[in-house]
Amino acid sequence: MSTIPGIVAINTFREAVRDRVLYNLIFFALMMISASILVGEISIGISRLVIINLGLSAISIFGLIMAIFIGVGLVSKEIEKRTLYTLLSKPVRRWEFLVGKFGGLLLTLTVNTALMTLGLAAALFYVSRSFLRADVSILVAVYFILLELALVTALALFFSCFSSPMLSTLFTLGIYVAGVFSKDIRDIGILTLNPVMQGATRVLYYVLPNFHNFNAITAAAHGESIPVSLIWQNTAYAALYVALVLIAASAVFSGRNLK
Amino acid sequence: MGTPAIEIEGLTKDYAVGFWRKRMRRSLDHLTLQVQEGEAFGFLGPNGAGKTTTLKLLMSLIFPTAGTARVRGRSIDDVRMHREIGYLPEQPYFYDYLTARELLDYYARFFGYPAIERRQRVTRFLEHVGLADAGDVQLRKFSKGMLQRVGIAQAIVHDPQIVFLDEPMSGLDPVGRREVRNIILDLKHQGRTVFFSTHILSDAEMLCDRVAVLVGGKLQGVGAPGEIVSMEGHGMEIFFEMRAGSLLPTALAGHAARIGERYHVEVQEEQLYSTLEQLRSCEARILSVTPLRPTLEDYFLKLVARDKAASHPAGEGAR
Repeated sequence: MSTIPGIVAINTFREAVRDRVLYNLIFFALMMISASILVGEISIGISRLVIINLGLSAISIFGLIMAIFIGVGLVSKEIEKRTLYTLLSKPVRRWEFLVGKFGGLLLTLTVNTALMTLGLAAALFYVSRSFLRADVSILVAVYFILLELALVTALALFFSCFSSPMLSTLFTLGIYVAGVFSKDIRDIGILTLNPVMQGATRVLYYVLPNFHNFNAITAAAHGESIPVSLIWQNTAYAALYVALVLIAASAVFSGRNLK
Repeated sequence: MGTPAIEIEGLTKDYAVGFWRKRMRRSLDHLTLQVQEGEAFGFLGPNGAGKTTTLKLLMSLIFPTAGTARVRGRSIDDVRMHREIGYLPEQPYFYDYLTARELLDYYARFFGYPAIERRQRVTRFLEHVGLADAGDVQLRKFSKGMLQRVGIAQAIVHDPQIVFLDEPMSGLDPVGRREVRNIILDLKHQGRTVFFSTHILSDAEMLCDRVAVLVGGKLQGVGAPGEIVSMEGHGMEIFFEMRAGSLLPTALAGHAARIGERYHVEVQEEQLYSTLEQLRSCEARILSVTPLRPTLEDYFLKLVARDKAASHPAGEGAR
């Protein structure tokens, strides 16, 4: 981590920790403890399903909230507080700063997600007293959530390079929701039988990040195995998409006057 | 003479202003100047003169509309240039969740120093700016003066050859100002080039080898503080007494001020003899003739007034 993006990333992680961002883990822990006690009382046989569903959904939602709300402030906060002025007077290129900020938030999200996964594992063990071979799917689902969070972070960072935190939040949320339903958008276009609409929805389908493929929560809850090809496909897709968004963010940010 | 430390050639910056119908406002107008290695160079001007704009352009925080600049022979676009410079922005703000020691260590990392050297440097520079005892305090608990000092420490933690300081004395109490002044003098004695902007003229007169005066985005003059004021021409101050019943010469009627029995008038050097002649013809008694030594402040205020008059021609301001 002695590269310039690495130095920036470590500091971004330190900022998140000192700003008590990881306190969300307390809520997660309380939620998982209550859920474990509750499902033990009310359900027989489906307790694992409920705990996995609830745990993975919470990991995803908590991560999304962090990725969006911290992500949109990554650049704008540094400009607003003028901490960026001293940083860019050092031998730091603007793209290195952006990649560092992205890496720092991703590191924060990874640590947060890893700790929540441990909490989920503990709750699962509490309700079923054992782990199953199929529980590997839970780890794959968590990995997909992390890929999704990387994409959302990159988008939030991109918008924060040229717009206010509030607008960036709206844009990122909008793209996230559209990305979750990108397949449905294309299908609606096909149903219209209008060639222009079909073309437009098809373009949207390819341009928007396809978040639908990252959702493996249901499969993991039902103990279904997740194909290795999907893991590769999602990894490559997320890596490529993140790289393109970061390149676009660097291009925008490199030409921006920091007034 | 070797390569200048700083070479600025026709640097211009326009900003778009207005929300709907955007129009361009010139913040810096074809600035050309050179600063030599080892000079303490003061960049003077009132608020809004373009001083911070110039420094931001040199740091590549904003981009010029026209013109170029080189620092130690490297273009300001070249990131390697930043290895040789330090910069303190105006009213600096730092990551307040860090301690002063962590902040300096963070910035020192960008220069690739190993951990042991970083630790030594950080301790040395904290001592240098008088913050040895506050190194482990979070910056959110720092006073303005302490922040300014930590700001200077981060600008010099990597021993840069050129240090750019934007209003380093602004908002400080007299003790803080003296401390910052001493740090600048130290840097100067170490042979570093110090380029600092200020509107506190006494500091510039005390610290600078040369100064540049910027008003309304335009360079008005460059030179040693004593030299620059002499460019305006020396004035002469005459004290005289009038005989009872005699009248002031008409040419002096609007200018001479009466102080008790005596009169006082300021004229340009070239007008001295004609004025004396007029006074002699009305039998005035000349008490003293003294050359006026204008201060940098006089020069500065004159330029600001001239700029105001040019931007609001007679009649316009009355509306």
